[in-house]
Amino acid sequence: MRGPLAPVAGWIAAHPVIAIVAVFAVLPFVTPYTSLATQILVYGLFALGFNLLLGYAGLLSFGHAAYWGLGAYGAGIALAKLGWTSLWAALAVGMLAAGLGGALVGFFALRRRGIYFAMLTLAFAQLFYFIAFHLADLTGGDDGLRGIPQLPLGLFGLSIPLDTPLSFHYFALACAAVAVAGLQRVLRSPFGAVLAAIRENRDRAAACGYDVKQARLLSFVFSALISGLAGSLDALRLNVVPVEALFWATSGQVVIMTLLGGAGTFFGPFVGAATFLVLADRLSLVMADSWPIVIGSVFVAFVLFLPKGIWGTLIGGFHGR
Amino acid sequence: MNRRTFLHSTTAAVAILGFPSVLRAQGGPLKIGFPLPLTGPFAAIAADQRRGAELAVDELNAKGGVLGRKVEVLFRDDELKPAVGAQRTKELIENQNVDFVVGGLAAHVQMAINEQTKRAGRLFISISQSDEISAKPDTSPITFHEALNPTITGRAVGGWGVQNLGKKWWMVYADYAWGKQNNAVFTEVVKKAGGTVLGSTPYPLGKPEFSAHIPRIQAARPEVLMAATPGADGVAFMKQAISFGMKKEMKILVPLHFLFAAKEGGAELFADVYGGTNFYWEVAETVPQAKKFVDAFTKKFGVPPDGYAGYGYSGILEVARGVTLAKSTDSAEVADALRENATYDHYKGKQYWRKCDNKAFQDLWLVKGRSQAKGEWGFFEIAGKVPADEKLERTCAEKGHV
Amino acid sequence: MPDITLSALAAQLFTGLVLGGILVLLATGLSLIFGLMTVVNFAHGSFFMLGAYVGFFVLGYTKSFWVALVVAPLVVGVFGLVVERFLIRRLYGRGPDDPLLLTFGLSLVLIEAVKLIVGKLGLTLDPPAALAGAVDLGFMMFPAYRLFVLGVTAVVLLGLWLFLEKTNIGLVVRAGSRDALMVRALGIDLGRVWFLIFGLGIAMAGLAGILAGPLRGVYAEMGTEIIIEAFVVVVVGGMGSLPGAIVAGMLIGQVISLTTFFAPKLAEIVVFVVMAVVLLTRPSGLLGEAGLAE
Repeated sequence: MRGPLAPVAGWIAAHPVIAIVAVFAVLPFVTPYTSLATQILVYGLFALGFNLLLGYAGLLSFGHAAYWGLGAYGAGIALAKLGWTSLWAALAVGMLAAGLGGALVGFFALRRRGIYFAMLTLAFAQLFYFIAFHLADLTGGDDGLRGIPQLPLGLFGLSIPLDTPLSFHYFALACAAVAVAGLQRVLRSPFGAVLAAIRENRDRAAACGYDVKQARLLSFVFSALISGLAGSLDALRLNVVPVEALFWATSGQVVIMTLLGGAGTFFGPFVGAATFLVLADRLSLVMADSWPIVIGSVFVAFVLFLPKGIWGTLIGGFHGR
Repeated sequence: MNRRTFLHSTTAAVAILGFPSVLRAQGGPLKIGFPLPLTGPFAAIAADQRRGAELAVDELNAKGGVLGRKVEVLFRDDELKPAVGAQRTKELIENQNVDFVVGGLAAHVQMAINEQTKRAGRLFISISQSDEISAKPDTSPITFHEALNPTITGRAVGGWGVQNLGKKWWMVYADYAWGKQNNAVFTEVVKKAGGTVLGSTPYPLGKPEFSAHIPRIQAARPEVLMAATPGADGVAFMKQAISFGMKKEMKILVPLHFLFAAKEGGAELFADVYGGTNFYWEVAETVPQAKKFVDAFTKKFGVPPDGYAGYGYSGILEVARGVTLAKSTDSAEVADALRENATYDHYKGKQYWRKCDNKAFQDLWLVKGRSQAKGEWGFFEIAGKVPADEKLERTCAEKGHV
Repeated sequence: MPDITLSALAAQLFTGLVLGGILVLLATGLSLIFGLMTVVNFAHGSFFMLGAYVGFFVLGYTKSFWVALVVAPLVVGVFGLVVERFLIRRLYGRGPDDPLLLTFGLSLVLIEAVKLIVGKLGLTLDPPAALAGAVDLGFMMFPAYRLFVLGVTAVVLLGLWLFLEKTNIGLVVRAGSRDALMVRALGIDLGRVWFLIFGLGIAMAGLAGILAGPLRGVYAEMGTEIIIEAFVVVVVGGMGSLPGAIVAGMLIGQVISLTTFFAPKLAEIVVFVVMAVVLLTRPSGLLGEAGLAE
């Protein structure tokens, strides 16, 4: 069944980078304040990474906060504790940490399926949380990592200040655009097709001779890299890394966002992040006590009636669920 | 496009990207941002903070506001999470253009808020416990700490305890920053006074399962048990301690007592348990400013104020006082004004800001749980008072200030 | 390292049994529901919490803890039936993730609803006076109420075993866990059995809740931590395996108890380490069915 925005979906799938850049270039002027748009961008990127695993590889991870958190701590420690001054280097370290984490967890967790796989990802995420909590000298422990400085961006010899919300927003957008472009490349490649095949029918894909293990592990690492980049950006955005970044509640949040938007679509994670964050931001103003119940109810309603999420329903089932 | 147009539009673009927010309109209300955990496990204490702030705003506006402007406090739910606290602070600063921020409950959230207020150059008065927020590197000239911290509380309560309750101690504490700080301070104080710490029991925060530990503690026969068990953990710990008969064997002491925990748990739960507090409403019987505060508060809300209501009240009033003194809403000028006129007294007696670290020094009380509440809210009786004393806190040098 | 006397160690082991008792009550319900319906019920912790809250109100109304102990699980179980009938049933035939996500959202809603209706402050649930004291076990004084919890757990598990082994419905449940398609092919209406089992599992969660209330206090978030531990227990024991849930529950209870004794800092993480080790060495948990996991 084709939804009302199905033609748009086709165009966006073909040009995801342009779509994301166009929307998020304008968004700061639409939202009540710029930082909300940046928050949506960063969490949307986090959800995009998670969605690679859920929507495209068909794997539900309960511990995706691990890669978000590793990215955040990687960048944060580089800048706050090691005193580095290059934002690019900090982002690279964050992504590296996240990617390594993804490789490690994937190596073990992918040996099992379904709920067992999910619980293993959760166990590893909790392990990282525990380590960050107790290695207080390095990570700040449960008080969080503070002291992440506000640095300018070094680009082609120029030093571009990022100390206003808008300038930081465009910097984050540029990074996200690169990540989306990279993801598009990956999904368009033969590897992407293999992933789709595995998602639809794992045993048949294996029977056709594809290396299922390797493909899944690679998708795990890509997913971790993207979520890690998002985490690194958030560390720069907030100038703190709270230890809650690694906690299972954060993993739960990205699941909600992805589902609200629609798994298995490019834009869905961003739509879901926007819905969740705008609701949280605005509802808490008018319903100080009761806004969490609204979000929970919205989520339940979505699972029941709109399992493809907002975006997924609008475009009429990019990938059925 | 010709060169001139290009230069104009580029300059405009750079201006938009580069320059901070445009001049805020003078006049209009004086806005104070107030992030606090309206949802989550400490919502009851946050409600207390909020009531204190609301009373302060009412009183200020009844007198005509500050510098002729009405005071408006914008409450935001930070869910007790640092990331949310930071985001709400951004919203308050970018969207609402608040001049100042008061608030925060729990150290990690306060510090996340502080990072945002420092960057935006807005004065922040933090109103809950944290040892780090007034020390380097977290602190700043516009970061003020109104509340007590684990060092002061620990030295005051521990010092009082080792003089009045017993010399052989056992420490139970939650294994996170606040718990560990309390353990360290109490241990230091007890040893300095010639007491001994027979042992300690760290436990994972949020997992108040003590039945595995209690027999060991009882076997060691301490005279005093210090329990740094926050929130629901504290209620669980007391229940378990009672069921094992510990109250009959030793005195139990907590760093902080909360009226709402006693209300929730019932009088028997905290009966005979000693604890510190920055304010307890029965202090009104002996301190006239407190009587004024408690009467006005109870009249407005129908419930008495507890310690954190006092912080909320005092925090807002201090912002107002600073603005009035500085005759400006510029945060740096207000901060200087507060340091230069450091003494104040809003609800319980004289308080003052220490110059080097913007730390508020204040009296605190030791209270003990009554076995039966006197009236609806008389859960505690006053056991002692510890006057403000800089020896209870780390020195400026120890906190990294030169 | 604390002094390791035999009596201290014995005391610790005994405490671990009681810890395990609550976990087992939760885990068996979870495992039943998963085993038969392949529904991962994330709202289990919230039903646990509801059991404590309902128990509080029934106790207030009837002044009898014993009545509350019977009524609260029933009420919560019936509520579970309503949830199954109107919410979860719609999701059968969809992917395995949907009931999981639904129950996850439902748990959030239930917690917030309770806070809105009852208030943010927790409640105090007191055990009956008869169980308020301590019992002299020789090597330690042990609170009578905790012994009671252990006793109730044992009785309930015995009843469950009898139900599954000795009744016809129990037979259908066991067969349906193994091969639902076959049972249907034999003409048996599994839908009704699923309905009943879901209610039973939820009722057990409610029972665990009212039992746990006097131990830790009653508050809206009381289910969120323990549900993770319960999931660990179910996974370690093998999803769908009742003996597994019991063995794993007792094991995890001991692991937590002994770790808090010897190395308190690690108590939080040891549970996950145990789970990871078990899952990586035995694909379907300790006693689970092969084939679901790889």
